[in-house]
Amino acid sequence: TLLSFVLSAALLQHPPLHQTYRFDLSIGHKTADDMALARRSSNLLKPLSTASSSSFLNRRPFSTDDSTTITVETSVPFTGHNCEPPSRSIDTTPKELMTFFTDMALMRRMEIAADSLYKSKLIRGFCHLYDGQEAVSIGMEAAITKKDCIITAYRDHCIFLGRGGTLLESFSELMGRQAGCSRGKGGSMHFYKKDACFFGGHGIVGAQVPLGCGLAFAQKYRKEDHVTFTMYGDGAANQGQLFEALNMAALWDLPAILVCENNHYGMGTAEWRAAKSPAYYKRGDYVPGLKVDGMDAFAVKQACKFAKEHALKNGPIILEMDTYRYHGHSMSDPGSTYRTRDEISGVRQERDPIERIRKLILAHDIATEKELKDIEKLARKEVDEAIAKAKESPMPDDPELFTNVYRKGFGVESFGTDRKEVRATLP
Amino acid sequence: SPNSLPHSTPFSIKSTNTHKNQKTFLNLSAPLPLLNKSIPKSYKLTFGFHFEFPHLLIFHNPPFFFNFKKMASIFQGVGTATTLSSSASFDSNKFHPSSRRSLSERKVSFLVVRSDAAKMNPGLNKIGGRADQLVTNAVATKPDTSAASTAASKSGHELLLFEALREGLEEEMERDSRVCIIGEDVGHYGGSYKVSKGLAPKYGDLRVLDTPIAENAFTGMGIGAAMMGLRPIIEGMNMGFLLLAFNQISNNCGMLHYTSGGQFKIPVVIRGPGGVGRQLGAEHSQRLESYFQSIPGIQMVACSTPYNAKGLMKAAIRSDNPVILFEHVLLYNLKETIPDEEYVLNLEEAEMVRPGEHVTILTYSRMRYHVMQAAKTLVNKGYDPEVIDIRSLKPFDLHMIGNSVKKTHRVLIVEECMRTGGIGASLTAAINENFQDFLDAPIVCLSSQDVPTPYAGTLEEWTVVQPPQIVAAVEQLCR
Repeated sequence: TLLSFVLSAALLQHPPLHQTYRFDLSIGHKTADDMALARRSSNLLKPLSTASSSSFLNRRPFSTDDSTTITVETSVPFTGHNCEPPSRSIDTTPKELMTFFTDMALMRRMEIAADSLYKSKLIRGFCHLYDGQEAVSIGMEAAITKKDCIITAYRDHCIFLGRGGTLLESFSELMGRQAGCSRGKGGSMHFYKKDACFFGGHGIVGAQVPLGCGLAFAQKYRKEDHVTFTMYGDGAANQGQLFEALNMAALWDLPAILVCENNHYGMGTAEWRAAKSPAYYKRGDYVPGLKVDGMDAFAVKQACKFAKEHALKNGPIILEMDTYRYHGHSMSDPGSTYRTRDEISGVRQERDPIERIRKLILAHDIATEKELKDIEKLARKEVDEAIAKAKESPMPDDPELFTNVYRKGFGVESFGTDRKEVRATLP
Repeated sequence: SPNSLPHSTPFSIKSTNTHKNQKTFLNLSAPLPLLNKSIPKSYKLTFGFHFEFPHLLIFHNPPFFFNFKKMASIFQGVGTATTLSSSASFDSNKFHPSSRRSLSERKVSFLVVRSDAAKMNPGLNKIGGRADQLVTNAVATKPDTSAASTAASKSGHELLLFEALREGLEEEMERDSRVCIIGEDVGHYGGSYKVSKGLAPKYGDLRVLDTPIAENAFTGMGIGAAMMGLRPIIEGMNMGFLLLAFNQISNNCGMLHYTSGGQFKIPVVIRGPGGVGRQLGAEHSQRLESYFQSIPGIQMVACSTPYNAKGLMKAAIRSDNPVILFEHVLLYNLKETIPDEEYVLNLEEAEMVRPGEHVTILTYSRMRYHVMQAAKTLVNKGYDPEVIDIRSLKPFDLHMIGNSVKKTHRVLIVEECMRTGGIGASLTAAINENFQDFLDAPIVCLSSQDVPTPYAGTLEEWTVVQPPQIVAAVEQLCR
């Protein structure tokens, strides 16, 4: 134990693990050991290392190494349409593996917690859950910067988290509280984060695709070196405005990457019943496409990196992420009337994204089973705390009904008939 | 001033002159024929006629016409944001300068056209006395005072409405590099009504973007670009085509600012010609103001003269809110002299076209000219209508409208929208709710018939409101 103590002390001098750690594990995890090592005051507080605080002295701390390269092969090779698919082998580091695991565990936990919140009627209306599809968000984030834009439809909780949103903001928004990312006025389908270039959060199927091409247009207009990832589902892939937008993006070489998250069901309609040609990556015709295993975070990461390079040089490209959602379309859909439970559990056993990363971590001996379980427990704790804090946040005040309808700009103000009384204070 | 006129007219000229040395704009020394009979039914709206003052058609020489424009006082207002395009009829003591927003951060001093209160000739204000003051000559006194040029700037320039729109566009594009135009045939073709002619060679293909025929998608693209910080102007070749983009306009354009909790602003301008034209058929003669008016988060304005077209275009581009600018197919060739200096109008303000005493006529866009035509006849018959071009369709300028209602107690709304659920219907409800006590008679609303616009010319004429109907309505209202 002394040796492990020394080893962990040595490891504590590492630089921070991952930039996007959203949960501050210093809350409530202080033990005598922590204080003894004065980690709290240290700027090098490692969430993962404090994660093990409960059984700190008994654990072998897992490797948070950034320098060792591990080569991972994707589960299936990429299929390209009008383009040369990238290589199947991807280089990664233990740090990245641990990050993927931790982040995906958090996302999964968040979605399951949202499920139970919905059932206890704290979340109302529509709630579309993303569990099973986390690899798409995680892999995409690993390949791009915060200046690249992402826009998606209503299944946006995890993508918001990936962009840097906090659990508190998510849960508050879901419950309609003031602390929410859209101040409680958007709801589940309207998560936005402007500073991280996350443009939402759109309820109407397919309407976000022209918006995404507009973002790409603005990036080209301003000669920025960034791209836009416009995400939509297999159901939205049949929308006309998608093809209109794709035509324009191809015409003007906009840096737009259209990502089809093909979870094979458009609400209750299977893809073979909705689309004559379910090869969504080929739908672009003159636009190149790539079919990716969306349950493999590394495949997604490789594809997004490839797509970004392509889009900056040549214009739009379509990525089809072959993925799966465990929940139904939304909370009101059990998810089992149009597919069998065997199918769902089969996918969960064979293709679950978190399991894949877990196996990789264990195979490369980066961490032990117990540590991974601890991480998941920690994620659960984080989520519970965030929910508790979100519940404390108040509902928006009544005057908030009228704020943000218009933006106070040139000559805009609501006033009463005699121009003296201002009915609503516009921000 | 009114007293210097050779003939005293019962209707005071609401000129806002603080410039005493301004020449009178109305030369009444020559007897004038009854012009309402000489105006052909087509009103010669197009092709460069000086339409807005049909009674002045005989005064054709430019100098006279130019003098006629000296209606409002103009002063350099650094930081004064609001302008009025014409003289207002409300008294100065009701005028609240404090309520005007002053944008003190604006360092640019642009010309602000502001009209102070008119001094009414007190002896002529009695409503009951109108019968005595019947004027035999045909000229209704105060013409449209939309253009304003001062003694200071003797060089206004004359142009057509679509050129005024183009000027507004060009000035804003020059001023702010984020302003871009997106639409069908706006670039190389120059715009189907020549509004954006010459802009693509000057600013490039990316700033004046020719799109394929995909309204839904390019409206969405404009909104997406606006979310990223650009300021696009989305043109629908005909307003009716924007129905295809209704989802984008309603959901994304109007509501994104709200549902994102204020994170994103959508400073788009959606513009296009609408309205009943010359036998264009049902699908190309649609009035979309009634469909868009319920969308929360957008503003709607309708321009009617070159002066307010340019001013509203500039205001709409500068506004951080999504603005829908309704133009009219038949008004593109109106000619008017507008000032050389830069001016920006207030988006939420109505325009006093003709102050009066007996009845308030609220109108917008092309119907303004039908109303002015009818006003001539009404004046001959001894009525004194107050004509207000409401211009701002969402939100309504209830201040000016309310003051007018308080003065005249009778309201007639003349619009080109459909009867059911049109702008007039909303305006009727708004006035009834707010000014119920001031009304002597129920509000009369003249709108287009609830029919698709037929192709046949005679039938088409009957779908929109014609001046004789307006005259009849006023007579009935004032009974």
